Amino acid sequence: MTAAVRRAVFLVFGAGLLALLLWSFGGLPDLGHYVGPYGDLVNALTIPERHSTDAVTTVNFDVRGFDTLGEDAILFAAVVGVAVLLRVLRDEHERPRPEEDASGRRIENTSSAIRLLGAGLVGPTIVLGLYIVAHGQLTPGGGFQGGVILATALLLVFLSDQYITLRRVGPMALIEAAEGVGVAGFALIGVAGLIWGSSYMENFLPLGTTGTLLSAGTIPLNSVAVGVAVTGGFAFMLSEFLEQTLVVRRE
Amino acid sequence: MSYAVAAWIMVVGLYGVVTSRNLIHLIICLTVVQSSTYVVLLSVGYKTDGVPPVFYDVPPSPRAVDPVVQALTLTDIVVGTTVTALLLAVAVQAHKRFGTLDPEELRPLRG
Amino acid sequence: MSVLQVAALLLVAVVGTATALTREPLRQAILSSLYGLVLGILFFVFQAPDVALSQTAVGAVALPLMILLALAKVRGGAR
Repeated sequence: MTAAVRRAVFLVFGAGLLALLLWSFGGLPDLGHYVGPYGDLVNALTIPERHSTDAVTTVNFDVRGFDTLGEDAILFAAVVGVAVLLRVLRDEHERPRPEEDASGRRIENTSSAIRLLGAGLVGPTIVLGLYIVAHGQLTPGGGFQGGVILATALLLVFLSDQYITLRRVGPMALIEAAEGVGVAGFALIGVAGLIWGSSYMENFLPLGTTGTLLSAGTIPLNSVAVGVAVTGGFAFMLSEFLEQTLVVRRE
Repeated sequence: MSYAVAAWIMVVGLYGVVTSRNLIHLIICLTVVQSSTYVVLLSVGYKTDGVPPVFYDVPPSPRAVDPVVQALTLTDIVVGTTVTALLLAVAVQAHKRFGTLDPEELRPLRG
Repeated sequence: MSVLQVAALLLVAVVGTATALTREPLRQAILSSLYGLVLGILFFVFQAPDVALSQTAVGAVALPLMILLALAKVRGGAR
């Protein structure tokens, strides 16, 4: 089937799909008239039952913690898939050269403004990422958001100098270990709930005072575990793509 | 009205996927289709004149929007990006092996 | 719905359509970064700060970076 025929067929069926979607969305309650009781229950009970002031993080790591375990497994599988796909093949080798990238093109020197900004912003970005991970149960934030911000700090290090330097001094082995440790940690905290409590992923630690850093039982621990896993995963994937673009050559 | 926008974005993204001539263009259109589901989820949980479900310095109020759909959406955003990275790695390897990124020419060999 | 929400929804629809209909991948990568930012604004206006944080960090920084790196690798081999 040629491209023009495919486009014509899709336009017909796409219009049908659009009509079907609009008709089915019309059956939902109008925008703004939220009906379900579950959300209101969680909002009302998050402070009395868990001493945590951020309802979204409570849902993520405690009320629906099992779904987050599944999402962590998807993250792990995707990172392993990227590692397997972007490995060095038999007819390639790694030879880092400071002046050229993997296909032989010259790399221009990064301008001084970018290098200065990159070097200056690494510290505040790491502090911001750690703050967001640690305060997951108090203010908007948590492991997922803070982990991505910490991974972008690695990108800033790359921007502020050449990739060759990053390869030599960067914590590559630590990043690879961090990803596995984070995912395993999340699962093992659930097992600890089985050992010391009565069910998997039960919130068995003392709940503490609402509004302090060490409140809400296992929620900050889960948040830190997920933060470590997401940081390791994203930083590892970014470094794999950078290696492919800059270092891995085919001979 | 937000449901109409979400449905439109899904169909436009699907059109981009179906008529794509470049694998990387296809992958970006897939992320557009994914984002339409986030809009639908958030619209389901929205209350008119709502406040965010965070009670750090305000007392819990019945006007707070639904936190369950927000939790689903935010994990989905991060994990969906890692799956997109996996697809990009597949595209890079396909280009290395076959020299082309055109889905038309990447069909399995016949005969 | 307030004016801000209607404006954010229209912006999302326009930028999303532009992202899906642009053919060249390099231009599309830049547009997808803008789309991520506009989606973050939409989530913020719909009273979801957690989701807006996540979307802005991911869709404006991490995703366009990986797309650009994949493009650089592919373009280099084509020479």
